[in-house]
Amino acid sequence: MNISVELHQKEPLIINGIIKGEIDAFTAPILREKLAEIDIKENLQVIIDLTDVSYMDSTGLGVFVGFYKSINASNSHMELIGLSSRLKRLFDITGLGEIMDIQASSGEVKIDETV
Amino acid sequence: MQEFKKKYKKILEQYLLKQTEHNLYEGQNISRELIQKNISPEEVISIHKASLEEILSDIDGDVQHSFDLLIEVMVRYGLALKEHQTLIQKQQNLKMEMELAANVQQTLLKTKVPKEIDLDIGIITVPAKEMNGDYAHFLHDNTHVGIAVADVIGKGIPAALCMSMIKYGMDSLDGAETDPVIVLDVINRIVEKSVSDSMFISMFYGKYDTSKSEFTYASAGHEPPLFYCSESSSFSELQAKGLLLGVIPNVKYEQHSITLNKGDFVVMMTDGVTECRSKEGFIEQKTIMDIIENVRDQSAQEMVEYVFHKLEELQDFEQRDDFTLVIFKKV
Repeated sequence: MNISVELHQKEPLIINGIIKGEIDAFTAPILREKLAEIDIKENLQVIIDLTDVSYMDSTGLGVFVGFYKSINASNSHMELIGLSSRLKRLFDITGLGEIMDIQASSGEVKIDETV
Repeated sequence: MQEFKKKYKKILEQYLLKQTEHNLYEGQNISRELIQKNISPEEVISIHKASLEEILSDIDGDVQHSFDLLIEVMVRYGLALKEHQTLIQKQQNLKMEMELAANVQQTLLKTKVPKEIDLDIGIITVPAKEMNGDYAHFLHDNTHVGIAVADVIGKGIPAALCMSMIKYGMDSLDGAETDPVIVLDVINRIVEKSVSDSMFISMFYGKYDTSKSEFTYASAGHEPPLFYCSESSSFSELQAKGLLLGVIPNVKYEQHSITLNKGDFVVMMTDGVTECRSKEGFIEQKTIMDIIENVRDQSAQEMVEYVFHKLEELQDFEQRDDFTLVIFKKV
């Protein structure tokens, strides 16, 4: 149950984030705290790379939704990239995939879940 | 206190005379009593010093001073011990309150499994801790059976309070005939208004028309149920698009219907089932389907209990999340 969250701001209106490890009930508060440190202003772009996130459950989703709501409220933008097929499925089932900007990991085949 | 001083002096005397294991052990015994009576570490040293002075009538002045210093040093240890004991007591009180709250929750959220002539319904819901973040509820009237399965995202007491919002919403509905999309819409609005920004709920709602054997359903970001068709002996997912409850107030939910024939069943669950993990990794959906198919000829209740125990085993009996499974079979 480990997580690492790195945030880089190379330009005034772009923040790149990289999350590694697991996002669950234990580590989600750490992620929430880190995201809360971001000074969200109008037209800010936050791009978060989840390529090295091995596991995320609904508590992790809760953190992203909370952050998404703040982003929306300030007219800025959030993008999640590098989602594994399992993560993408989680966002798709919950309907969050439709309202948030998410991208699967490049090179992954989208699996049709109907059996 | 005098009683302890006497006792301590005696033990010390014995030990100074003969340093045996037995005499040392007496020291262990008395420490238990001293702790029980809340005698602080610095008081024990004070007793030791006084006893020593009485036993050996001439103690070096330096040794005596050293004891005084030691007593001073131990004062803080004494405070730490008191704090520790207070915390333990607080923890025990909290535990009792949690158990009480869990009981209240169980009573509030009780639901009756509908009995219909051609329906066999099984349900199992097991919280990972004291409070259950999953919610399963049945509605029943002359023409319809309604079933709600919900999972509050977030854990513990706030999640359980969030559930009372759902119950409140369900109670305000017009009964089992209400369309699933309306049910979800009502509850979404209640939750969005009243619940904190980081609490969300996934929910699946289905209504079964007993005269037409028609199962109509909608979902708010919930894990799609499995539908087993007995004629083709195969599973499929009942997918219906819809956003989690509590994110935004205006949401469009998709609604679909299927007809249940004899032997068909619907398996509704929360992610406590689908996110089961063994040492090797995630337990695949195929594994869960195989487990269910193995017992498809048993009663719905027997089926859900079997699946729970099987998955418990596969997880090495470490339950990570609240587990809820409902099987709705047409017989």
